[in-house]
Amino acid sequence: MTALLLTVFTPLAGAALLAWLRRLTPSGWANVGVSVLTFFATVILALQVARDGVVAGAGFRVDALNVYLLVLTAFVGMTTAIFSRPYMRHVVESGKVSERGLRLYHTMFQVFLFTMQLALSSDNLGVLWVAVEGATLATVLLVSLYRTPEAVEAAWKYFILCGVGIALALFGTVLLYFAAQHVVPESEGGLTWSTLYARSSSLEPAIMSLAFVFLLVGYGTKVGLVPMHQWLPDAHSEGPTPMSAVLSGLLLNVALYALLRLKMLVDGALSTTSNAHLPGYLMMGFGLVSFLVAGLFLHRQRDIKRMFSYSSIEHMGLMTFAFGLGGPLATFGGLLHMMVHSLTKSAIFVTAGHAAHIAGTQSIERIRGLIRTQPAVGWSLLIGVVAISGFPPFGVFASEFLLLTATMQAQPWFTVALLVGLAVAFAGLFRHIHPMVYGAAPAAQRPVRANMVPVTVHLALVLWLGLAIPGFLARWLDRATELITGMHWL
Amino acid sequence: MNIEALSLLEQLMLVLASLVLFTSFVLLEQTRLVAAIHAFAWQGVLIAAVTTVTALTNDLPHLLFSALLTMALKALLIPRMLHRLVRRLQLDRDVEPLRRPALTTLAAVALVIFSCWLVLPIVRAELIFTRNIVAVSLAVVLIGMLMMVVRRQAVAQVLGFMSMENGLFLAAVSATGGMPLVVELGVAFDVLVAMVLFGVFFFHIRESIDSLDVDRLNRLTEMGEEKV
Repeated sequence: MTALLLTVFTPLAGAALLAWLRRLTPSGWANVGVSVLTFFATVILALQVARDGVVAGAGFRVDALNVYLLVLTAFVGMTTAIFSRPYMRHVVESGKVSERGLRLYHTMFQVFLFTMQLALSSDNLGVLWVAVEGATLATVLLVSLYRTPEAVEAAWKYFILCGVGIALALFGTVLLYFAAQHVVPESEGGLTWSTLYARSSSLEPAIMSLAFVFLLVGYGTKVGLVPMHQWLPDAHSEGPTPMSAVLSGLLLNVALYALLRLKMLVDGALSTTSNAHLPGYLMMGFGLVSFLVAGLFLHRQRDIKRMFSYSSIEHMGLMTFAFGLGGPLATFGGLLHMMVHSLTKSAIFVTAGHAAHIAGTQSIERIRGLIRTQPAVGWSLLIGVVAISGFPPFGVFASEFLLLTATMQAQPWFTVALLVGLAVAFAGLFRHIHPMVYGAAPAAQRPVRANMVPVTVHLALVLWLGLAIPGFLARWLDRATELITGMHWL
Repeated sequence: MNIEALSLLEQLMLVLASLVLFTSFVLLEQTRLVAAIHAFAWQGVLIAAVTTVTALTNDLPHLLFSALLTMALKALLIPRMLHRLVRRLQLDRDVEPLRRPALTTLAAVALVIFSCWLVLPIVRAELIFTRNIVAVSLAVVLIGMLMMVVRRQAVAQVLGFMSMENGLFLAAVSATGGMPLVVELGVAFDVLVAMVLFGVFFFHIRESIDSLDVDRLNRLTEMGEEKV
């Protein structure tokens, strides 16, 4: 319990500390320190969950499903904080951000991590909503941190679109509570996920399916599902790079996690009716459309971070499809994909940030010869893109292979669409990446001070997950799969 | 539904809920910003009134606190903040020409009909009364969304956003007798923070495009622009 509270509230305390720290150097280190502390607390929490199965109390509930996301969130938060210390220093030195802006950045970074941990560990669906909305509010000022007209526009779009989306999710939550009142008499239990899940079969199906549509559109906006994805490429490309890394690696996951939890409830309510597969089909449809459309859009991009944000939409679409498909194999694959995508994509954004510093621009056409100028950055970018495109021996290959197998078993025809989509996305990424890493470097191009440790660690982990998933992790994911689908896969 | 079978307080609740919907229409068509802010404040007052009536009919004392919170936040604090912002941005005489007002109204009417149709599957007898108010609140949410689509002025868009929030609150109060307290406080906090951030953004937007017409925020297109 102590570990749980520390996991959630360390970032909040850190935010208070960072709001108060004025000087540049200590606040960068304090940001790293707080993130490391959070990570250690989360690891201890994970050990407790591994021992006891569930850690619950005071409105929080951590089981096999969310503990793995908590660890992932804390880990990516930590490595991003390590990366952002020298990176943001460089940004301040180049005059794009004032020292006050940096203080805002550090504070909001921790507030964002707090909302993520709160959303993941809370047992109350209302608090989950409040936390996800809080995440928007914490990051919106960071998207506009550079104050360029583009950044302000991106932030406004992000604010408005996510605000509307999340409002629809709240309407869905209200409907859910409405349905729950006839099943759970005490008012406090009406939004508690575990209470509702235990009695999900007696929830009114008509209201629950209506609620799910609103919840899917609402949280789907945050996941970045097409056609509600408009905010995502703008926010990722205009915000500072560490923000893009955590938005893509964490926020999208948390929104998908919310959808997954809600789908479990609605599935239970609809299990005895004629349209029992409605939530699954809806998620498959939205997921597949996002996957295919984002793959096509990859070809047209001119901005490096924008391109990778479309790649994020593509992968989130794939995961949504997997969870919609259901069944132990697809769910296991989806959970694994969530993990490897977060690790790989945050590494790629970090590297892309360095690449943009080297070239002095985010325009793909003007980033050239990275391997010649700074081999570490060039090779990391290349390896990252190889990994995210789903090449063996990286972890993304393993999870995509599982997903394809599951699709082949359940809905064979969709396999064709998935394979075509993967090929299109691969071509889209490589036609842009190839000239950026190879080729002659412009004469004036100089290496920058870069901290490649986080990237190396992430990519090494993804490689490890591709070569051999360690036994404890496989059992862990298997327990989460059992929680979601009721069946073991291993 | 038989109107005469309802108690007087329930009838009063229906009247108030429909008045909320009416203010949504006013908000949608009001071109003068200050008047629109006043309409929004009245919507907040009406919602606080619905909340009070619900608290009295269903004997839910905790809703009285919600009513107080709504009154303070939606009817007083947020309109006052908007008022001050509008004055500081010197927009108090600003009139935004509406594009196709008749079409917008018709679209809003269509949204109301759509909301009524959407709640039809809820057929259990004891839910029939609530069903109507859920439909009204959904219509308020959707009209708020429509307002964000058709209005180009950033302040008007924020009003649309806030009236969506009003619709959500109405749904929570009338359909479920209010969310649990921790959720309600969380939502209120989020709305307040959002309002403060909107205020910050008005100044950012004006600094960057020299107006608050968000249609002119159009630098980011699908092709991506050249950046130096």
